[in-house]
Amino acid sequence: MTAASARRLVEASTAAGAASAAGESTRRLTIANVWVAVIAFTVATAMAVMQAMSRANLDLPGRSPRMYYLSVTAHGVLMALVFTTFFIMALGWAVVRQDAGAMKWPRASWIAFWAAVAGVAMTTWAILTHRASVLYTFYPPLQAHPAFYIGLTIVVVASLEWAVSMVATWLELRRTKPEQPVSLAMHATTANAMLWMLCTLGVASEMIFQLIPWSLGWVKTIDPLLARTLFWYFGHPLVYFWILPAYTIWYTVLPRQAGGYLFSDRLGRMVFALFLVLSTPVGFHHQFQDPGISAGWKLFHTFNTMVISFPSLVTAFTICASLEVAGRLHGGKGLLGWIGTLPWGNPLVSCSLCAMLLFLVGGFGGSINAAYSLNSVVHNTAWVQGHFHLTVGSAAALTYMGAMYWMVPRLRGVSLQYRPLAQVQPYLWMLGMSFFSFPNHITGLMGLPRRVYDATYGGAPQAQMWSELTAISAAGGIIVFTSALCFVLSMGKTLLIKSDGIQREPLVWAEPLEGDAAGLTMWDRLGRWWVLAAVLVVIAYAIPLFDIFSMTRFGSPGFKPY
Amino acid sequence: MKVDLYEKIWMWGVGVMLALFFTSTAVAAVRDSLQPPSHVETIDPTRVMADARFRTPGVSVDAAGHVQVRIVGMTFAWLPADITVPAATPVTIRVTSMDVVHGFEIVRTDGQTMVLPGYVSQFTTTFDAGEYLITCNEYCGVGHHTMAAKLHAVPRAQWHAPAVAASTPTQILAQGGSHDRR
Repeated sequence: MTAASARRLVEASTAAGAASAAGESTRRLTIANVWVAVIAFTVATAMAVMQAMSRANLDLPGRSPRMYYLSVTAHGVLMALVFTTFFIMALGWAVVRQDAGAMKWPRASWIAFWAAVAGVAMTTWAILTHRASVLYTFYPPLQAHPAFYIGLTIVVVASLEWAVSMVATWLELRRTKPEQPVSLAMHATTANAMLWMLCTLGVASEMIFQLIPWSLGWVKTIDPLLARTLFWYFGHPLVYFWILPAYTIWYTVLPRQAGGYLFSDRLGRMVFALFLVLSTPVGFHHQFQDPGISAGWKLFHTFNTMVISFPSLVTAFTICASLEVAGRLHGGKGLLGWIGTLPWGNPLVSCSLCAMLLFLVGGFGGSINAAYSLNSVVHNTAWVQGHFHLTVGSAAALTYMGAMYWMVPRLRGVSLQYRPLAQVQPYLWMLGMSFFSFPNHITGLMGLPRRVYDATYGGAPQAQMWSELTAISAAGGIIVFTSALCFVLSMGKTLLIKSDGIQREPLVWAEPLEGDAAGLTMWDRLGRWWVLAAVLVVIAYAIPLFDIFSMTRFGSPGFKPY
Repeated sequence: MKVDLYEKIWMWGVGVMLALFFTSTAVAAVRDSLQPPSHVETIDPTRVMADARFRTPGVSVDAAGHVQVRIVGMTFAWLPADITVPAATPVTIRVTSMDVVHGFEIVRTDGQTMVLPGYVSQFTTTFDAGEYLITCNEYCGVGHHTMAAKLHAVPRAQWHAPAVAASTPTQILAQGGSHDRR
């Protein structure tokens, strides 16, 4: 062996060593993010059960309006902002590790992770010490402690490091293999990261230019309409940021776990590109009842909102078709025989299937919320909490849990602990959420406002009609709580135990029925769709924002009535 | 891009359904003026009680005979807390807030609007005769669930236009017009 070839060999092995060290670091970062998600979920679940008891009017010790509104805030922030974001980052890192070997910037990404953890700690401290009972929408002029806003801003900025890293990995994969599309999982993760980079602009502006200076007392007043507009510029794409990782699992993991193939890889790529384009210019459908925004722009956002149900309904077809393929491969016969032959005992499969069934209802409810004039009947009523516990609370959260049952054992080289609990958990969730959500939809139509500590209204006859249904939804909440405990026990032990001698396994994506995609299509060119998304955002928001700025406006001082 | 025939049919079906949804919404909005409250008007939230538009909350009839109700939202009450309007008559409701964001909701009707400090919300609706519960449907603080009011819609013949309202919000408060602050 010559000296030169020996040196080459050493260099090569060092490079491989470095790559695997970075890969190992990525694996650890994935697990670390799962840890934060599970802890946030656990605390938020405890908050939820308190609300369920309150809804049932059980006079438990420590029950008070102050505690109730604190718990609503903690539940919303820890579930909708912390649990989701950390799981989504975990999934992104797992995809990057699988497809590219390692994250691009380990040091920066670890710093961002710890910064995000510190941000969560700040915000949680403010909430739990009664300094921030402003709910997860934090509409001013309700004012929280500055730590609440600063903590959340740090989480958002840290998550942007994640998003930039996702896009950078995608660019590198595209550069190294220009003729070959990235995996659908990478495509979907990248679309979601791009969406996140576009929409967090709204909440970041609200935090940095309005809420933080105002909560610190640097400025005296704040414009609530501008704040709401910036919040919902972010707030609706946020729900797609939650749901796209669930779709990612349904497209790229579920078909294989169910024993079949993905029905159409190409349409999957179209779906994620369309979500990137359409998710943001829709925020006014959360502000239908707001003064100060003209009806014409609300109608424009309604139109965009309706178009965005197109990719969801395409997904419904593709996923059902993929499941049918799997069921028939398992020997299912006849028109519906394939349903029974699906592996209903596989926790990832059952979580996904229960999530989809609930999403079917939640999705149709959502198109009623977004339907411009119909919104006046349901806005801010119990209907809304019924709705989003089926969408983010089931379609997203339950799929995330399934994904963790699938992903964590493979990444840690352990078997799923307390597997029977994980097997029964999705069904309990579906049962509990049905009892919780359907009565909420009905009481919402009967006018019950959302988020009220006590819904008796001094014995008003209108309020008495709600009481039986609210009791049913409280019982549903207890069932969901039981399900959540099953998840926490199973996942907690799976995260804690030492490797039981099982090999770590790669994450294997579902194969498309039509064979691997060859050559790029227009849907692979995410950069262009991103530009189109930005253009649509400008069209949807430039004039309404200009209108707000050109009004004679009067700011509001802060209030802390909690 | 090759797309399966059934999936193509499905996608066209979805397209048609969405077109129908949107057409019905747009037709209702334009032809029947079925629109969410989208009034654009601002007010100084720190001086609501001094503002001529809200100095005397309550029901009044303008020169053209149009019934108008001015309501002020505050933690945790609507002023006035008891409102009587004629049934089967268009009533214009104008609401603003003295402090935080509130949600004005007349239970079991489609009459509702967000109430933002600094802005005046307005919508016009018609009531069937009966008694209605008004709630706050946007979280506004620890007494959010106690923020309520009553609205009575009485047959036109039994309804008398109030004399020019004499009481100021401060007087109404002093008379115990607000709700218990639990």
